[in-house]
Amino acid sequence: MTRKNQRIAMIVGGLAFLGVAAGLVLTAFEDSVVFFFSPTDLQAKPVDPERRIRVGGLVETGSVERGPADAEIRFKVTDGNTSVTIRYVGILPDLFREGQGIVAQGRLQDAMFQADEVLAKHDETYMPKEVADALKKQGHWKDGEAPYGDGAKSGGGS
Amino acid sequence: MIVELGHLALAAALVVAVFQAVVPLYGAARRDATLMALAQPAALVQFAALIIAFGALTHAFVTSDFSVSNVASNSHSLKPLLYKVSGVWGNHEGSMLLWVLILSLFGAAVAAFGGNLPESLRARTIAVQGLIGVGFLAFILFTSNPFERVVPPPIDGRGLNPLLQDIGLALHPPMLYLGYVGLSTTFSFAVAALLEGRVDPAWARWVRPWTLAAWVALTAGITLGSGWAYYELGWGGWWFWDPVENASFMPWLAATALLHSAIVVEKRDALKSWTILLALIAFALSLLGTFLVRSGVLTSVHAFAVDPERGMFILALLAVAIGGSFALFAWRAPTMEGGGVFRPISREGGLVLNNLLTATGAATVLIGTLYPLALETVTGEKVSVGPPFYDATFVPLMVPLIIVVGIGPLLAWKRGDLAGALHNLWAAAIIAISLGMALAWLQGAPVGAALGMALAAWLGVAVITEWVDRVRLFRVPFSTSVARATGLPRAAYGMSFAHLGLAVFIVGAVGETYFSHEVVRYAAAGDRIEIAGHTVQFNGVSERAGPNYNAQVGTFVLETGERLESERRFYPAEGQQTTEAAIRVRPAGDLYTVLGEPAEGDQWTIRIYYKTLVVWIWVGGFLMAFGGLVSLADRRLRVGAPTPRRPMAVAAAGGDD
Repeated sequence: MTRKNQRIAMIVGGLAFLGVAAGLVLTAFEDSVVFFFSPTDLQAKPVDPERRIRVGGLVETGSVERGPADAEIRFKVTDGNTSVTIRYVGILPDLFREGQGIVAQGRLQDAMFQADEVLAKHDETYMPKEVADALKKQGHWKDGEAPYGDGAKSGGGS
Repeated sequence: MIVELGHLALAAALVVAVFQAVVPLYGAARRDATLMALAQPAALVQFAALIIAFGALTHAFVTSDFSVSNVASNSHSLKPLLYKVSGVWGNHEGSMLLWVLILSLFGAAVAAFGGNLPESLRARTIAVQGLIGVGFLAFILFTSNPFERVVPPPIDGRGLNPLLQDIGLALHPPMLYLGYVGLSTTFSFAVAALLEGRVDPAWARWVRPWTLAAWVALTAGITLGSGWAYYELGWGGWWFWDPVENASFMPWLAATALLHSAIVVEKRDALKSWTILLALIAFALSLLGTFLVRSGVLTSVHAFAVDPERGMFILALLAVAIGGSFALFAWRAPTMEGGGVFRPISREGGLVLNNLLTATGAATVLIGTLYPLALETVTGEKVSVGPPFYDATFVPLMVPLIIVVGIGPLLAWKRGDLAGALHNLWAAAIIAISLGMALAWLQGAPVGAALGMALAAWLGVAVITEWVDRVRLFRVPFSTSVARATGLPRAAYGMSFAHLGLAVFIVGAVGETYFSHEVVRYAAAGDRIEIAGHTVQFNGVSERAGPNYNAQVGTFVLETGERLESERRFYPAEGQQTTEAAIRVRPAGDLYTVLGEPAEGDQWTIRIYYKTLVVWIWVGGFLMAFGGLVSLADRRLRVGAPTPRRPMAVAAAGGDD
């Protein structure tokens, strides 16, 4: 094999791999990318109940209730205009609190959001970025002020 | 006073870095030995200045000097000493200071141990290292000054995020940074080689130990981080494909590819421009990772607050470093003519395949990480890319890689004998296939589980086969085999350990993913819970006070009488709650108990996991890092200038891919 052939073989091989990878990436995007919805978005456009999505907002104060099933929790998440009920079985994250922003991942079935994951990630104001943006869109939060007054404390991180 | 001294030292480091970047480069261009020789003292002085700066900040943290804004925001007088120290890098400013400290450490290391390098290559490498330092020191001084004072100083600090108050996380960032930033050295070597216009086997031999060292630190850092997530976050997960995790994983993949392609340069004088490109890409991915984590463009468990100014600064640094080095590459690389030719079926061929698969894997991770950012910028739509994406893209690419890792080391350089290698691997193939089939049919395991375990068995047996083949076990008298075994280069053992570590890791990853069990329910004291053949009794909850927190302790008793105590801690200083899982570690699987919230009456929400084979994940990770260390100890990499290669010596030394 000459040097030129070797180089051509390598380039062809490399392109073949990239092609396979691109194919994998494109099919995977179709099925596995998870879109984010605010409660208002959910009401506005119908969502396929088989599709995994994310919903985020503030946990409505006084909406958290337990049961009836073992370790089941229901609570409402709001963006200020609309709210959606979320059902979750398991242990909520440490940062989950009423009035705090959360993001839930799961499926919307029969007007209730069946979450298999609840995330309460933290930044300066304990507010997931998606949630902050959703609130801003509904005109309930302006930059520089925490929506519910408390919790303006910087979180560390690595 | 000490704080001001630290600030001054930081500013001095910037001045020295400018000197270190400019003078040796000019000297190398003019072939002026005196100017080139200034590179080494400059690198050492810069390192010393940064040690002073870092020491000053550490002093402020240890003595709880709350007049320093950074200490006030991230420390608390009641915090245990270890976490006062780790608090130094548990925040943005301090972690950037650690970043440049390690950067200058590597610069100083090249200055101190680069005695056998050609003068101009050494001068240029140190200069490029200085240039990176200039960028990041300016970043710290202008946007993230860790020495800023607050007037008036608060009475006490705001504390460190309790999640970060953990020994695993105290060690994780320095380890990860050693790896991340260690890749700066290979980058500097690559840029210096482009400036020199010369890449030869000697260059690869000088670069390999630096790549190896960075790779070992990165491997250990990622393994520590994954272990931390597993036991600290209380979700029992060990890898989330979180953007911040990906930020460290992409450089690791690139460094892995680089490690292997550098072997081809060293042994066969081929793949030169590709190796240089990989060295540039590996550090570019490190910088990208730093940007993603530090700029706050990502929402992540790890992310710091958003500060657009910082983000723009790092983005500019990223653009200059990547743009500049790639432009230099485009200009100079075509002059580098490839050396030895080889057949597709050969050791080189196997290494090329490794490179293609690893690099493509890194590309899919990069796309998955950046896609949500790109989409939001373009359409405003918010998406997240999670594990299903990587399961469908990255994982399939790794399947052929594992098969090749088993075969490659048995192929000869230049022209390999695939049939012969496969003939050697009949045992591996039979064990792998029968294990896979037994799992699928007898155990009813999912296809993925059967395939994964079969691959792990294939690789594990192949590694052992290769060693047996080298020492000619049972084919020559036993004493001869022992002599051969002790005579094998350490690099060969390093390769075997690292590849074995990969096999062990796969066992753990597949076992955890497919065979784990989980129970979530309400439980009152005295309740018994059955999980994966174990009976766990919940003995209720008691209160306990820690050094800087109060805890509710849930006690679980196993059938053997062992007690597991899971805590819910409340940190009053930070106003935060954390969950501390209790874990009983066994090779076959971990029992992992979590105490949740109180429910009605005397009931509590509890969660118990049985994590099958999970500890193999970290054993595998550390085995890989250990393999890297063993390889780093190889004589060839420690002993001075490379000797002219004799054909026999190359054949006997074998490879360490």
